[in-house]
Amino acid sequence: MGHFTARVRRQPRYIDGDLCTACGICATYCPVIISDDYNEGLAPTKGLHRDYAQAVPASFYIDPALCLFHKHEMCRICVSACQAQAINLYEREEMLDLKVGAVILAPGFGRISEEVLSRYGYGRLPDVVTGMEFERMTSASGPTIGKVLRPSDAQHPNRVAFLQCIGTRDVSCGNGYCSSVCCMYAIKEAVVAKEHDPDLEISIFYLDMRTQGKEFDYARLRAKEKGIRFVRSRVAGVQGKGKLLEISYVDEAGKHLEESFDMVVLPEGLESPRDAQSLAKATGIDLNHYDFCSTRPFSPLETTRPGILVAGAFQGPKDVPESVTDASGAAALAAEVLKEVRGTEIETKTYPAEIEIDEEPRIGVFVCSCGTNIGGVVDVQAVADYAATLDNVVFADTNLYSCAQNTQEAITEKIKENRLNRVVVAACTPRTHEPLFQETLKDAGLNRCLFEMANTRDHCSWVHATLPKEATQKSKDLTRMAVAKARRLQPLPEEKLPVTQKALVIGGGMAGMAAALNIAGQGFECFLVEESRELGGNLRRMRFTLSGDDPKQVLQDTEAKVSSHPLIHVYTNACVERVSGYVGNFITSIRTQDRSETLEHGVFVVATGGKPYEPKQYLYGKSRQVVTQGELEERLTRPEEAKGINDVVMIQCVGSRGEDLSYCSKVCCGQAVKNALKMLELNPSAHITVLYRDMRTYGFAEDYYQLAREKGVMFVSFEKDHPPEVTEKEGSIQVEFLDKILGEKVVLEPDLLALSVGIVPSQSEALSKILKTPLTGDGFFLEAHPKLRPVEFSVEGVYLCGLAHGPKPISESVAQAKAAAGKACIPLAKGYVTVEPIVSSVDTDTCIGCGICESLCPYSAIRMIRVAKKKKAETISASCKGCGICAAHCPSFSISMGGFTNEQILSQIRALAASD
Amino acid sequence: MTNNTFEPKILGFLCNWCCYAAADSAGVARFQYPPNIRAIRVMCTGRMDPLFIIDAFCVGTDGVFVGG
Repeated sequence: MGHFTARVRRQPRYIDGDLCTACGICATYCPVIISDDYNEGLAPTKGLHRDYAQAVPASFYIDPALCLFHKHEMCRICVSACQAQAINLYEREEMLDLKVGAVILAPGFGRISEEVLSRYGYGRLPDVVTGMEFERMTSASGPTIGKVLRPSDAQHPNRVAFLQCIGTRDVSCGNGYCSSVCCMYAIKEAVVAKEHDPDLEISIFYLDMRTQGKEFDYARLRAKEKGIRFVRSRVAGVQGKGKLLEISYVDEAGKHLEESFDMVVLPEGLESPRDAQSLAKATGIDLNHYDFCSTRPFSPLETTRPGILVAGAFQGPKDVPESVTDASGAAALAAEVLKEVRGTEIETKTYPAEIEIDEEPRIGVFVCSCGTNIGGVVDVQAVADYAATLDNVVFADTNLYSCAQNTQEAITEKIKENRLNRVVVAACTPRTHEPLFQETLKDAGLNRCLFEMANTRDHCSWVHATLPKEATQKSKDLTRMAVAKARRLQPLPEEKLPVTQKALVIGGGMAGMAAALNIAGQGFECFLVEESRELGGNLRRMRFTLSGDDPKQVLQDTEAKVSSHPLIHVYTNACVERVSGYVGNFITSIRTQDRSETLEHGVFVVATGGKPYEPKQYLYGKSRQVVTQGELEERLTRPEEAKGINDVVMIQCVGSRGEDLSYCSKVCCGQAVKNALKMLELNPSAHITVLYRDMRTYGFAEDYYQLAREKGVMFVSFEKDHPPEVTEKEGSIQVEFLDKILGEKVVLEPDLLALSVGIVPSQSEALSKILKTPLTGDGFFLEAHPKLRPVEFSVEGVYLCGLAHGPKPISESVAQAKAAAGKACIPLAKGYVTVEPIVSSVDTDTCIGCGICESLCPYSAIRMIRVAKKKKAETISASCKGCGICAAHCPSFSISMGGFTNEQILSQIRALAASD
Repeated sequence: MTNNTFEPKILGFLCNWCCYAAADSAGVARFQYPPNIRAIRVMCTGRMDPLFIIDAFCVGTDGVFVGG
């Protein structure tokens, strides 16, 4: 650990990524046509291509197995087509020996084999498609531009069936586990298809609808409202019948049925990556029995070899939010290992001192051809000539590739030569290229804010390819508008604010402790504030796990590490009272039993957790025979007591999924299975009946569900509208429920009734007001973006993990805690926060102190202060994102946005009106 | 072609994070659309002051598109 040499085989791309401008002309000329893997073979692409438009790196590559030069030493058309001279057909494979401290494995997942898919007619029946193929069809940028078409005749289907659990939850193909994501992605695809074509009839055939993720059940309900039909069934097979596909299935009552569709979608499961075994061998790690990476529940991101970490679906099938979370978590663990060498290989670039600029704008306009990307449509010379006639423009010229290194140097020279103090580049999109040109300005001694772009490629030549006259006119207009704005550009300061390099973690459960240990492990001081009198949270109540790990031991070890770590300061019986400041500079008052204390720190991690829902239904609290699963777990630690329990009924979703709580708590199904198995271990003759709505033992927990069924645990499903009834007769309870196969009501008289209750958030509401962080409708904290920023808030410097974010098993809580800690350590490790020049600023002379801006700011980046006894608004620059909501609503026009002032925007508007 | 030769001049205000990015993607995908729109990039359509829209119409714009 800490000292690895990774031997990496780097295959040649044959196109130099530094020179390639991603213009795509080479691909246009490449004569080799192949089927496009990215589009699941539903569309053609070229042998010289990039996998998809957003691929990173953006440059193209050549597949030597397809290239005519590599196969037959002929063609070479791409070489002469490439104006950037980026193609090198003689590039060789490289072997790199990389000295690294930690390794992160993120190879993703593999695909279900065609052999398994063929059991459902795939390959034999053209209108049977995979979920991945259907996904590409429904994509607006896909091969059918978002239209769902039957592959056999390119007609719109009327009736589509989705068959769930393809190549997953299927021991016959070796994949006994649940792939966790297919139910949700099938629903997504069904809804998208239905939005494209509201008349489409869609039926989803499923065993258990596993929409256990945060807010996922709502998506399922919406799908149902849109008319998507859900059929709980077992599908036997798919047969072709003329132009139709006939599905035979067994419904819940055990009836054999047949139904015809125009199209069948197989939302295939996720498999371990194809090269899992060779990767395991190369890295010296263990795989589990399904060839996924072997990990333990309390250290889900650590492989069996210290220093080698794992993230994403290789750890187990999972969706995007969890994969992104894992990635941050694995990076956080790597950062612990690399703590000593942090920042040692960084070179800091220096720039010349900034030139004081004259009042009078001297604008230079550079019009880009982008090879033929712009120049092939737009008359770039005419645009440059036109730009030269505009007021204040003292220089205008064209470039072949404005972004090329030599052009950057030429622009620097032109700036100096012509004493330019504003620069306009008419080229591609500022979203990708503005930072590059701003660097050039800095190299020339200009403030980077004296720059503006006109998007004459993405918004013009590319989208008006057949209208050169109109495109040239539009380019002139866009350039004129950019010049008009450039006239009003002002240099803006780049602020750097120092950071207090300490963190405050709220909540001392497993998530809070895991976060604190990583933050301290990375070398930063950490305050850990726990509301109750001891650390541990829900882990304290956990007695055993499905996987056999001992929670008590884990708790003891973790607690010992936390309390003995010199950088962690634990405050128990403590709560957060007041918070002021902003990212990097928070001041927080906490109250413990006997005193108040003020802590200064740079970031927050919210890990306030959750607690079990307290049931009122099913005679809980009235009959001693009725307990929660947590209470049963406790009883099962006393084997003698367990041996006396012979008949147990468990009811799932008590209070959840449409009762008191509208959501699924993710862990209760696994908990029921865990208790059932423990029960049988202690008393093998016990009868256990589990009444459930959908068994959601997703991922590898499915093995234990399977095991429980093999051991004789009865699982009987019920619908939300027909829950079991529990009554007490002569001091003994009776459970009555509908058995769908028998078609009649069954009454059981168990010794014990265990209720699977969900999880409710704790103290989230009060804290959300103090931290100004939003909550979901269910009272859990709402992250900034479920996929892109799953452990962050829209408020800078505050991060989120554990049950406070939503119900989840402990392994997911730990991964999330490491992720939140990793994100929290970014500003701490940097030691400063930079303020983008686009932030708002308040003119305190004209501000009337009404506070509208403060109330509207979504980032809590405006506060009210007193200036000479008058209320005034003030921007907290470090938190501001530059959205401009404050400026748009200020009744006295006192708020200005850096780079987007009223004057600048109005000048652009008016420039459009001015004709050339 | 129709007999109607009126070509409207449309001004677009596009959010940097979504609609402006979408317009970029339309370019990358080479989607063809009529050349009547001119875009102004804003960091969020929350920046939209009603003044901008009124001003656009006052100076002769035929239509305003706000995408965010």
